[in-house]
Amino acid sequence: MTRLPVKKTYKLFIGGAFPRSESGRTYEAEGQNVALASRKDVRDAVQAARGAYPKWASTTAYNRGQILYRLAEMVEARTAEFAELATGKKEVAQAVDRIVWYAGWADKLAQVIGSSNPVAGPYFNFTIPEPTGVVGVLAPDEPPLLGLVTRLAPVLVGGNAAVVVASETRPLAAIELAEALATSDVPGGVVNILTGRREELAPVLASHMDVNAIDLAGADGLAPELERVAAENVKRIVHGGSGQSLWEISAFLELKTVWHPIGQ
Amino acid sequence: MGGRARVNQEGHALSGLEQKPSATPAPAEWAYAPAPESRDIVRLEDRYGLFIGGKWVEPSQTYTTISPATEEPLADVAQATPEEVAKAVAAARNAFENGWSSSAPSERSKYLFRIARILQERSREFAVLESLNGGKPIKESRDVDLPLAAAHFFYYAGWADKLEYAFPNRRPRPVGVAGQIIPWNFPLLMLAWKIAPALAAGNTVVLKPAETTPLTALLFCDVLRQAELPPGVVNIVTGDGSTGAALVTAEVDKVAFTGSTEVGKAIQRELAGTGKKLTLELGGKAANIVFDDAALDQSVEGIVNGIYFNQGHVCCAGSRLLVQESIYEPLVGKLKRRLETLRVGDPLDKNTDVGAINSRMQLEKIQELVEAGKQEGAEIYQPPCRLPEKGYWFAPTVFTNVAQSYRIAQEEIFGPVLSVLTFRTPEEAVEKANNTPYGLSAGVWTEKGSRILWMAERLRAGVVWANTFNRFDPTSPFGGYKESGFGREGGLHGLEPYLTFDGAESWGG
Repeated sequence: MTRLPVKKTYKLFIGGAFPRSESGRTYEAEGQNVALASRKDVRDAVQAARGAYPKWASTTAYNRGQILYRLAEMVEARTAEFAELATGKKEVAQAVDRIVWYAGWADKLAQVIGSSNPVAGPYFNFTIPEPTGVVGVLAPDEPPLLGLVTRLAPVLVGGNAAVVVASETRPLAAIELAEALATSDVPGGVVNILTGRREELAPVLASHMDVNAIDLAGADGLAPELERVAAENVKRIVHGGSGQSLWEISAFLELKTVWHPIGQ
Repeated sequence: MGGRARVNQEGHALSGLEQKPSATPAPAEWAYAPAPESRDIVRLEDRYGLFIGGKWVEPSQTYTTISPATEEPLADVAQATPEEVAKAVAAARNAFENGWSSSAPSERSKYLFRIARILQERSREFAVLESLNGGKPIKESRDVDLPLAAAHFFYYAGWADKLEYAFPNRRPRPVGVAGQIIPWNFPLLMLAWKIAPALAAGNTVVLKPAETTPLTALLFCDVLRQAELPPGVVNIVTGDGSTGAALVTAEVDKVAFTGSTEVGKAIQRELAGTGKKLTLELGGKAANIVFDDAALDQSVEGIVNGIYFNQGHVCCAGSRLLVQESIYEPLVGKLKRRLETLRVGDPLDKNTDVGAINSRMQLEKIQELVEAGKQEGAEIYQPPCRLPEKGYWFAPTVFTNVAQSYRIAQEEIFGPVLSVLTFRTPEEAVEKANNTPYGLSAGVWTEKGSRILWMAERLRAGVVWANTFNRFDPTSPFGGYKESGFGREGGLHGLEPYLTFDGAESWGG
């Protein structure tokens, strides 16, 4: 006799918890009922991200690297589940390697991106990278896991908090990643994942006054309009690439220059 | 920075006088003999055209540019139309594709060195013209604007043939034609901040000076002639906001704008979906934070320099003074007495500390916000000073009893108007300092080095000055957080907006 499997209910990931959409709506994707997030869910997610941001930003670089490396371990351990939701084991392996690659940047960013500046005057002048704040991420539809990880990891390693709109057509890998995040040491609220209609959610995220930057990797045809509304609070607009590089991280960083006096 | 040092020296001498026991108040009138800088060094044309493709092109429309200190007409300059802007962009494109972008980087470097040198040699002429057209004290244009402008060209000259060291493994290439729009507060210096990195990176440029201060940019065309810069590499089109709008929508590959946050947002909206690169250096409402252990007299000088330098027409001006409660009385007392010694008047007089407001429009904006401050309940202080009858003037102003919600504590005034607030703990200072949509700069005054760094870590601003303010250097990146814009000018980081790099790999690469 075949056993009847216990099926998972796919929910949103906000502030470290797994709520249903406040709207009570769901939609069907990949044969499953998935939460259909509302505008209110976007605002809740931004609030959760803003709340979690200061602590994550001030976590030591070493610890942030450790936590992201731990996330890679969690994803690797769930390879079988992820493989079913993604395009296969190869994609999972690439996603794990990508997280590891970015994890290693945490304590090197300031050394490679920062500078000390030989100003004319009795000042020690230095420039350091800092996170930009809360970042909206529109994950690409494909590949479902690697696409999301590729855009999310560079945001996190720099110390930002994220609100992600998952792939609309293949959202299950994103929810699976939320479960890995929830059981890793990434503090609740640092990553928030919404599933639903991109057309409905993206404009709310792009025009939100408490979001500092937006990654339009998965914006498709929406990009011009999203860029336009993003200007309302001078958001940093990132057209995220599909590869891994230091510059994918620096796109979500600010540069602060300090003039520190020198004297007796 | 020799320039700044001189200003400070002068300030320091004044602070010595000001340190006398308060029983001897500063005299209401200082007996200075006028010490005007001669205007003879500047030879103005009656009429200026557009500088396109290395030639002066007769414009279809003109307007008259004036001296804000006297309202005297100085010259007629071009009001460039969209068609004329398009011609300038075409000239820049032609220069980019036929020579400049493929020229030897070491040659580009030498052109920039030439420009820097010529600016140094002609600096008095430029300083006088800058003060004449913009209203800023000659002391500042002579000791700050000009030395810094030349230094900026000098700094980027050296980068032109070293880009691969700045961006290893990225194969940096020029973007193409840069459309650059600059403000009226530091006309020549902002021109230098825009043109120097753009040329060093191998781009060509169409630059639009501010409507009210076109003359030093037009004189700069003569420097380009002397430097024998190939035609079309730098094009200058003057005009009002409509000329700027035409430049933004023209066939440029990159837009760099310095100006108000309002216009910056409009530009960002306009460029949505175009793929043009954009950098914005916008407004600010900087907190200048004084702790109770700070050297008071030095802080007073810093506060004065922070908000009255260049009539407060500074995007990074320290317009919100946050004073620790325990030193509020003595600090504000000293500040008010120091204000009495500021000399407001003829920008060309070497004794002048505060010059003319740049335009009637700006004066009206300042007046409106100051009126709002009074209405909302803040207490106004202005030292007794006689303002010239002609021209645009505003006395140095301090508002006390200011609540964070007041417009004068929230909005950028861009004038010589300081709002004073208080705090008790460092945490409160950080909270208040960051309570603004802007994030360009901040100042911290304390004798405690560890506190400087603690504060610097928490202030959401692109530049943090400790025990100093409004200090600039070509090696030091400058730019904002939040609604103060994005991108950096100055330093290695200032090259990046003018370069493109190899594309990203594909998924799984």
